[in-house]
Amino acid sequence: MAHVLTRSLDRAATIFVLVVAACGVLIPLSNLLLPAGSALQVPTYLVALWGKYVCYAILALSIDLIWGYCGILSLGHGAFFALGGYAMGMYLMRQIGTRGVYGNPILPDFMVFLNYSKLPWYWHGFDMFWFAALMVLVVPGLLAFCFGWLAFRSRVTGVYLSIITQAMTYALLLAFFRNDFGFGGNNGLTDFKDILGFNVQAEGTRAALFALSCLALILAFLICRAVVSSKLGKVLIAIRDAESRTRFLGYRVESYKLFVFTLSACMAGVAGALYVPQVGIINPSEFAPGNSIEAVIWVAVGGRGTLVGAALGAVVVNYAKTFFTSGVLAPYWLFMLGALFVLVTLLLPKGIIGTFNSWWDQLGSKRPNADSAAREDGVTEPKMAE
Amino acid sequence: MNVMDTRSTSALLYLDGVHVSFDGFHAINNLSLALEPGEMRAIIGPNGAGKTTMMDIITGKTKPDEGTVLFDGKTDLTRLDETRIAELGIGRKFQKPTVFESQSVEDNLLLALNVDHSVRGTLFWRGSRGEAEQIDRVLETVRLKDVRRKLAGSLSHGQKQWLEIGMLLAQDPKLLLVDEPVAGMTDVETHQTAELLKEINRDHTVMVVEHDMTFVRELGVKVTCLHEGTVLAEGTIDQVSSNDRVIEVYLGR
Ligand SMILES: Nc1ncnc2c1ncn2[C@@H]1O[C@H](COP(=O)(O)OP(=O)(O)OP(=O)(O)O)[C@@H](O)[C@H]1O
Ligand SMILES: [Mg+2]
Repeated sequence: MAHVLTRSLDRAATIFVLVVAACGVLIPLSNLLLPAGSALQVPTYLVALWGKYVCYAILALSIDLIWGYCGILSLGHGAFFALGGYAMGMYLMRQIGTRGVYGNPILPDFMVFLNYSKLPWYWHGFDMFWFAALMVLVVPGLLAFCFGWLAFRSRVTGVYLSIITQAMTYALLLAFFRNDFGFGGNNGLTDFKDILGFNVQAEGTRAALFALSCLALILAFLICRAVVSSKLGKVLIAIRDAESRTRFLGYRVESYKLFVFTLSACMAGVAGALYVPQVGIINPSEFAPGNSIEAVIWVAVGGRGTLVGAALGAVVVNYAKTFFTSGVLAPYWLFMLGALFVLVTLLLPKGIIGTFNSWWDQLGSKRPNADSAAREDGVTEPKMAE
Repeated sequence: MNVMDTRSTSALLYLDGVHVSFDGFHAINNLSLALEPGEMRAIIGPNGAGKTTMMDIITGKTKPDEGTVLFDGKTDLTRLDETRIAELGIGRKFQKPTVFESQSVEDNLLLALNVDHSVRGTLFWRGSRGEAEQIDRVLETVRLKDVRRKLAGSLSHGQKQWLEIGMLLAQDPKLLLVDEPVAGMTDVETHQTAELLKEINRDHTVMVVEHDMTFVRELGVKVTCLHEGTVLAEGTIDQVSSNDRVIEVYLGR
């Protein structure tokens, strides 16, 4: 059973990687090579939109890794995404140079406007891409490490952990709103010009960013797969299902949680960093608690504990969001999202992919010599002999 | 005092004057008990006597308010956490069988194996032939070979009990704490479990909590009866079951 399962999962994983790779190659090519207006040409605005979805899919993977496999429900993952985004935004701001409204070669416009006399220390180094790219990983990773170290060591779990992750992103929201915090206050960072010398608005750059996002999604997916299919993945599931039992076997649960939480935050940071040049802005609203909750809903819809499901959920829900928020139903989107979440929880508790998987297994168990009924989640609770 | 000092060095597990209260309720009262290396001890006692709480104290789940808990005559268990205590070589089977339900039987055993438990070790883990053989042996011993690929959650209650005992075997600790291993088992299974524990006892120290008197009798080892968190009687099963206070406690309920 187990090897059949891994094999079929491997097949799903292969399909996923191939599909994403095909999108990453074909969509930019079609956008750049086919004549505008031809039926098969993907217009630039769609490339940018889909690029956003791909970044969201990476964020969803990062959430699924900790929630689906280790039972850590973070309602503040948007914070890591936004921090990665700000790190990239800072690089993009420094690339503007003298082309800003005030023409100051060092200070970004908002600093001149706010009468900064010199660049704050934490803005140094962001004129170098490699440094910014490093910070995209380090800043979210470090925050997650410190946060996790405190929380997991004091054994904060379940709802309490979720609440403090919300508090974390909310605190950052308030901090980034402040003008004197040095990140552009409520306007955030915008008006970007170049990335690595290429115009961020140019079609070629957009197509390249899209392809890079697909590549990042594939890498993130493969890293998650490697983690969850290793023995460490089994330990994570053990922690998710019976944390204290895992301790009694001699596993240091907090180290495992810290590892996976930090890894997940770094992935979210990368997603944010790819997102910012494609949408052209990063502001404090990315820290809004609602964003983090929305991201958790994507995972629930797609199928918690199935990596493909998480990525799919992000794309499907965001596609629906784009569709509905551009029509007359726009004011009701949040209600629809809430209703969707309730419906999924009640009707498809395993999400789209999870439900598909158990349906597939049931089909398999009808065939002779398949013992896959074991995968059924509806295991009856043992009667206690008390 | 001197006598106690020597005992504390020879005993594998040594509890002295342990107290625990939950919100003013004294679950464990001046509990003292010593287990010699290689010994198997049966613990009996009415519901709520504090048997499970005692195991919680030994394994670091519950911190005692007072008292000494020594392992191997030198290690103070009250200062350590669950992980550290497990690493020292104390394994536990829970009263409510606790297995990893969404993982296969063999994965449950794999997780229990006494190998590198670090994050790095598990991330870069590659199965070895030795590990596979050990899992095979355990599966054979606990008679779960046929269901090795099934999810643990789909096992019957008795099978889960056996799987948990198998996890203990895979863990290969110095001291095994086994809480109600035969609850919910048929007579045949109960008998088999007694045989299995006796075999395990050949090279492990074991503490078994059980209500089933036929089972305890079959083990044929020294029995300790707990009541209201303290030792009421200790001796052979016949001595203990003919003890007036024990009879009173069991019948007086
Ligand atoms: N965490 C806790 N908080 C409060 N009371 C507790 C706690 N753990 C145990 N108790 C109480 O301590 C007493 C001893 O419980 P314990 O589970 O050790 O009994 P037991 O001897 O194992 O009983 P049984 O045979 O029913 O398993 C009980 O009255 C129980 O209600
Ligand atoms: Mg008990």
